[in-house]
Amino acid sequence: MENMSVEKTVEVAERGNWTRFRESDFFYAFKRSPVAMASFAVVCLLVLSAVFAPLIAPTNPFDPASLNLMNGFTPPMEPNAFTRDSFLLGTDDQGRDVFSTILYGMRISLFVGAAAVLFAMVLGIVLGLVSGYFGGWTETIIMRVADVQLTFPSILVAMLIFGVAKGFTPVEYRDQMAIWVLILAIGLSDWVQFARVVRGATLVEKSKDYVAAARLIGRTPWAIMLKHILPNVLSPVLVIATISLALAIIAEATLSFLGVGAPPTQPSLGTLIRIGQGFLFSGEWWILFFPACTLLALALSVNLLGDWLRDALNPRLR
Amino acid sequence: MTSPVLSIRDLSVEIPTRAGVVKPVDGVSYDIARGEILGVVGESGAGKSMAGNAVIGLLNPPAHISGGEIHLNGHRIDHLTGEDMRRVRGKHIGMVFQDPLTSLNPLLTIGDQITETILTHLPIDRREAEARAVAALEEVGIPGAAERIDSYPHEFSGGMRQRVVIALALCAEPSLVIADEPTTALDVSVQAQIIALLKRLCREKGTAVMLITHDMGVIAEAADRVAVMYAGRLAELGPVRDVLLRPEHPYTHGLMASTPLASQGRKRLHQIPGSMPRLTAMPEGCAFHPRCPHAQAKCRAAPWPRIEQDRAACWFPLMAEAAE
Repeated sequence: MENMSVEKTVEVAERGNWTRFRESDFFYAFKRSPVAMASFAVVCLLVLSAVFAPLIAPTNPFDPASLNLMNGFTPPMEPNAFTRDSFLLGTDDQGRDVFSTILYGMRISLFVGAAAVLFAMVLGIVLGLVSGYFGGWTETIIMRVADVQLTFPSILVAMLIFGVAKGFTPVEYRDQMAIWVLILAIGLSDWVQFARVVRGATLVEKSKDYVAAARLIGRTPWAIMLKHILPNVLSPVLVIATISLALAIIAEATLSFLGVGAPPTQPSLGTLIRIGQGFLFSGEWWILFFPACTLLALALSVNLLGDWLRDALNPRLR
Repeated sequence: MTSPVLSIRDLSVEIPTRAGVVKPVDGVSYDIARGEILGVVGESGAGKSMAGNAVIGLLNPPAHISGGEIHLNGHRIDHLTGEDMRRVRGKHIGMVFQDPLTSLNPLLTIGDQITETILTHLPIDRREAEARAVAALEEVGIPGAAERIDSYPHEFSGGMRQRVVIALALCAEPSLVIADEPTTALDVSVQAQIIALLKRLCREKGTAVMLITHDMGVIAEAADRVAVMYAGRLAELGPVRDVLLRPEHPYTHGLMASTPLASQGRKRLHQIPGSMPRLTAMPEGCAFHPRCPHAQAKCRAAPWPRIEQDRAACWFPLMAEAAE
């Protein structure tokens, strides 16, 4: 009897984390949802093509030497009237290959989106844990600041932060710093939801006896918050992070479209759309259309994945 | 006569509220000796748990100790703060909570949790701590402890989980264990096992135990001495046989009379009339007098008597004739 149980345990240990994941309810739910699988595939495709952009893109749109102004305004899949060069998605006014600019633009969009969410998440988690765990004045101040911030549209907050931060950067660094300022602006406009959710979940976990037990054995408040409470409040955070990623990408595109985001020297999808918008009514629709479609696909698939994740991680909806 | 492990003198806890300052614990004194189990009984809200929390320093603000002294192994601990308190209470006091579902972190293996506790307090390395964790689990009767050490709390049943909690409370070899209703959330069939386990381990290791419960059966089974609490005050304190069989305080007598006994057959159960006074509206004099069948003028006028030499905090203690 005892031998049997030992063998079984060893077997479980040997099967490893990957097998455990493949046999989990989570993976089962994933396999059963076509929407989740499709959006996951689209996200993977877009992220991978952004990461490997230098290998995939036919030209480097940031290298002036590879550009030929004669190639300007080439329609998709048609040879250029002068150079006979052909481009999959056409070229813009400078003769840059739209397909290449999209790949490189997506890199910037994804990087800014992910970094901004990461920043908002870390900030929100720390402030949420602190206000939930300590309570009192600390909580009042943090949550009131959050409430006040919620009364402003987040894009307005981001523009405000962007403008102030830009004012502080020296002119010669502005273009280089623009990306980081953008991350700061979007991150600061987005931490509130993380902080609120983490605070609520912390209040619930704090009242459980295992936290009292950890206090009793003499762990410091920080050790308790990070080791005991944080892992237990992480699943709603994961859901919000995914949905926030889609929102952050859109926020970045909006800011760039309004001209306060990524500079034309490092165009993101939003910058590309802004550039393309000027040519829409003169017939060069492809300069706007393809970046916009990419943005749509990216934001939609991340959002659908987030929605599915919210349902999959919610025990009440099982 | 060795000095007691835990000695509480005149302990009071206060909570300032909108309706004024309330005293959920008011002038309570008792000692617990090495290897002794003191049962603390009383109705809900009698201050049993509050007194326990005061000892381990886990009172939630705004509740605070407003008077009296707590000595642990001869050292005064009630005025310790922050760093000192953390070091003392973790090393010398273990705690068994009521609900084994929430007293273990669901996302850490039980091995991690026990090892963490050991490493926090004993100067040994990780390997040794893990060996000790296995030993601790074997001691509380977890079969196949070496394999189960990597299991998560949800892989155990309630009774097994409570055994893990007991292992967790005892693994750093504390001198005092506070068990706050350790069997309330368990099946009746498992209750006796857990109580027997707690009793055996504490006897073997010489750990003093404060067993907080409202279950007279558990007290009768496990405790050496018993403290009966009423409205934040000590009503009666004495050896378990004496208090249960020959209660001197009318409240203890009422409690015993309301405990169903198999030998009594299908008689209607006794009730103590009325309910415990609200802490915001404590009666003058003895807190029990509005419900006491033997109350006299002195009970209403004179303050609550303190237990000094006598067993019961009562002006007119019941004598042996009250038994049965």
